[in-house]
Amino acid sequence: MSHLLEVSNLKIWDGGTGDVIVPGSSFHVKPGSCLAIVGESGSGKSVTCKAIMRLNKAGIRQSGDLVFKGENLSRLTEREMRKKRGKQLCMIMQNGMRAFDPSCVVGVHLQETLRRHFGWSKDEITFQMKIAMGSVMLKNPLEVMNKYPHQLSGGMLQRVMIALAIVLEPDLIVADEPTTALDTISQFEVVDQFMQLRERMGCSMIFVSHDLAVVRKISDEVMVMKDGVIVEQGTSQAIFADAKHEYTRYLVSTKQSLHQHFKRVMGGSGVAER
Amino acid sequence: MGWYMAKRGLYAIPMMIVISFLTFILIHLSPMDPAEVVLEAQGVPQITPELIAQTKAELGMDRPFLIRYANWLIDCLQLDFGHSYVSGEPVWTLLGPAFLNTLQLTFASVIAVIALSVGLGVICALREGRLLDRSVRGVSFFLTSMPSYLLASLMIWYFAVKLDLLPTSGMASSASYVLPVVVIAVNYAGIYFRMIRSSMISQLHEDYVLYGRASGLSETTITMHMIRNSLQIAISVFCMAVPIILGSTVVVENVFAWPGLGSLSMHAILSRDFPVIQAYVLVMAVAFVLFNTVSDMVNAAMNPKLRGDL
Repeated sequence: MSHLLEVSNLKIWDGGTGDVIVPGSSFHVKPGSCLAIVGESGSGKSVTCKAIMRLNKAGIRQSGDLVFKGENLSRLTEREMRKKRGKQLCMIMQNGMRAFDPSCVVGVHLQETLRRHFGWSKDEITFQMKIAMGSVMLKNPLEVMNKYPHQLSGGMLQRVMIALAIVLEPDLIVADEPTTALDTISQFEVVDQFMQLRERMGCSMIFVSHDLAVVRKISDEVMVMKDGVIVEQGTSQAIFADAKHEYTRYLVSTKQSLHQHFKRVMGGSGVAER
Repeated sequence: MGWYMAKRGLYAIPMMIVISFLTFILIHLSPMDPAEVVLEAQGVPQITPELIAQTKAELGMDRPFLIRYANWLIDCLQLDFGHSYVSGEPVWTLLGPAFLNTLQLTFASVIAVIALSVGLGVICALREGRLLDRSVRGVSFFLTSMPSYLLASLMIWYFAVKLDLLPTSGMASSASYVLPVVVIAVNYAGIYFRMIRSSMISQLHEDYVLYGRASGLSETTITMHMIRNSLQIAISVFCMAVPIILGSTVVVENVFAWPGLGSLSMHAILSRDFPVIQAYVLVMAVAFVLFNTVSDMVNAAMNPKLRGDL
């Protein structure tokens, strides 16, 4: 089976200081599967995601091949790359509150993006968004589109981004810690939406998180990063059942001991299970 | 939205009353007896105590302080600022036309300042750290630190005398605006363009810029969003720039012999023409409050978060 995205020897470094952030990773994403990238803060998860989109800050340089549907993204011009972003490679941001221009209503971004990729009229965009927003359980889509980001909750904005992704129908969704900034209840809802999104569209996904419970639930394959290096990768079951690398075992066991502690505190029943 | 505007407008009223009161007190705190000043200014040879008492009664200065303030305030509201001690003309006939002339110069300059600083700020932010950015900042630093009278004199010498392109002084035609406006714009744009530049640069690292790029939006669309957000900070500063420039045109007006408030107030101060000084201070203070109010309103229209605050 050919891979949707094949990353080889991806090296990322700071052009100013020469510090290497990611010395050289290789991994791949199969069509329709979800790859989770796990690791502590500063392990290079986010930078790797942005490197796939070629969206790191100006001072950060990268090399290596990013073969996406048989095409090497590293060789594309900025103009060609811009056409791929959104339409084929869609990103979902960590903090919904900051992902939208604070001085415009949310609808403005949706209009601009969809007009850019499909050339639809205003009414057509509103119509399509209305259906998509309904399907991610956002009530009153029209009202939501006419609200400013600060008038909506982080979870709602996250779902607006998912709704936009539904309309865009990308081949790959890159979700950079989409649940980190949310409270537990919204987190649960948003993860649920991500699972439905995959079922409905059959798209592939790169899901960055440091929440192992979420990763276990959503991913098919897991890749563990530490200090910019991939220390372990494999199927989700294999990683959680029988981690080979010491660091992975440490992550999983820390999670479990926290879990057990929580259970003890809450009275031992399956409250924490979800 | 309309409610916010109305409320903000009402807030300006007590502020203006306080300002008028302070203006009134300031003049009365000055060490000289106004009656004496009037007599001196009119060139009376011998000032006797009887003459002073008589003048005081004439000017209504023998009445209690608050009554005098109330009368003065009511007169001011009808644009009656009394008569000049020097020429005896009503203050408003001196101040009115001069105020309009200064206002014209101010608005022309403010438009130039905004256009120049937004243009340069955006360009420099997009070229941060490159040669263009560094040279614009260098030149602007040099020009801003130059006193405006020096810059004005140099420009008169070069453009008006040597090249004979523009008039040296007065406000005879629209060409007369060019030199004073350029001097003011160059002086102030150097400050404001840095502000636009740094707020544009801080916008560059915002998440919405990344999300816009990740959604495949064009750089032009993203830049427009950034300008919109960085102008929010700038707008209140620009609105405050109007009264600041209004007040600081004094030097430029004197160099270019602009028949405005600057020249008028200079003469009034030198000849201790209190009613004119008082009216000048009041007009400037009211202008400050008015533009501050307007800047809040404009800001509220552009920044939805502020609307709920008041």
